[in-house]
Amino acid sequence: MIVGGGKIGYFLARQLLEDQHEVLIVEQNAEKAAQIAEDMGEIVMIGDGCEAATMERAGMGRADMAIALTGDDEDNLVVCQVAKHKFNVPHTIARINNPKNERIFKMLGIDATISSTGVILAHIEQELPSHPMIPLMTLKGGGLEIVEVKIPPDAQVVGKPVKSILLPQKSLITLIIGADGQARLPTGDTLIQAGDEIVAVTMLDSEDALRSALTGMPAPQRY
Amino acid sequence: MRVIIMGCGRRGSALAAMLDSEGHDVTVLDIDAAAFSFLPDSFGGTEIVANGTDVDSLRRAGIEQADAFVSTTRGDNRNVMAAQMAKHIFNVSRVITLVHDPIREEMYRSLGLRTVSPTRIVAQSLKEALLAEESMPEPSLSRGEAPQGGNEG
Repeated sequence: MIVGGGKIGYFLARQLLEDQHEVLIVEQNAEKAAQIAEDMGEIVMIGDGCEAATMERAGMGRADMAIALTGDDEDNLVVCQVAKHKFNVPHTIARINNPKNERIFKMLGIDATISSTGVILAHIEQELPSHPMIPLMTLKGGGLEIVEVKIPPDAQVVGKPVKSILLPQKSLITLIIGADGQARLPTGDTLIQAGDEIVAVTMLDSEDALRSALTGMPAPQRY
Repeated sequence: MRVIIMGCGRRGSALAAMLDSEGHDVTVLDIDAAAFSFLPDSFGGTEIVANGTDVDSLRRAGIEQADAFVSTTRGDNRNVMAAQMAKHIFNVSRVITLVHDPIREEMYRSLGLRTVSPTRIVAQSLKEALLAEESMPEPSLSRGEAPQGGNEG
C-alpha cells in the first residue's frame, strides 16, 4: 500500500508491478490519480491516506507493507503509525524530508525511513575528512548499526593495541582499513595507526561514546 | 510553569493569553507571523516564528527547559508529531495535543498521548444545549409577547 502518488510513488509502483507485487496507491489529487490509472490500470484510489476510514476502504488490513511517500513528514509519520497500530501492518516505510526527523520515526517504531536529503548528505560526508564518523548501515532489530570511524593523526589511540581501547558496551571493532587501503582483521594486539578507517558495530545510542573513544573528539552538536 | 504552545490560531492564542495572565512563562510558536495578532496587547510571553515539528526550532523555543508542551494547530498530523517529539525526544513532562479526528484521537490516546478532541467536546456541548433547549418552554417572543425579565418586578 503506497500513500502518495507523486513521482516517487509513481515510479516505485511501476517497478513493484513489474516485480509481480500487488500494489495500491492512495492519492488525494484526482488529476494525479487519473494519470496513474491511465498508465498502470486500476491500482489507485482517491482519498486522504491519513484518514483511517480511507485506509479501511483501501484494505490496509490486508497489506504486507505500508509505504508513506508524501512530501510532508508529519503525514508520513501518521500514515505509518495508523497502519501499524490500527491495521497491524507488519512493515512500515516512510519517506522523510528533514533528515533530523529520522530519530523520532525510529523511536516511534517505523521500520525504515528513507531520506533523500540524508542520502545526499551521507555521500558528501564520505568525501569530507572532517567528519570522523559515518553511519554505514542500520541493522535490523536491537538498535545496532555499522559505522566507520577515521582515526585522526593526533588521536590518543594511535600506536596502541585494540585491546587497550575502552569501547562502549556492545561495540565491536570488526575491520580496520589502513591508510594504504589494505583491510586487516583486528585481534586484541593489532595496533591502531593514524589514518586507519575503523569499521565497527555499535548500538545507536553508543555512537557518540564510540566516536570519542576512538578519536578523542567530543560529539558534534546533534539533535 | 514554562509552557510552549504550538499554533497561534484562535485556540492557541486564547490558551496562551489565559496562561500568561495567570503568571506562567509562555512561548508561542507559529509558522505565520501574522497569527500572533490573535494575541492580546497585554501578552507578555515570547512569540517565535517556527515550525513545531522541527527539532531545531523546538530547541530554539526552549523546549529543553519547558515543563509543558501543547500543540493546537488545525493539522492533526502536525499536532501528534510535535507532541510525540516533545514527549519522546525532549522528555517534557506534560504534553497535550489537540486531535480533531476522533479515530486518530482514540489511537494516539491508546499510544499514551494526552489528547483533547475539539470535535468530541463540541458535539457533546451542542447535544447538551439542544437537549436542554428541548426541555424548556417555547421562547415567549415567538408568541409575540413582551420579553421576559422586564420591569414588572
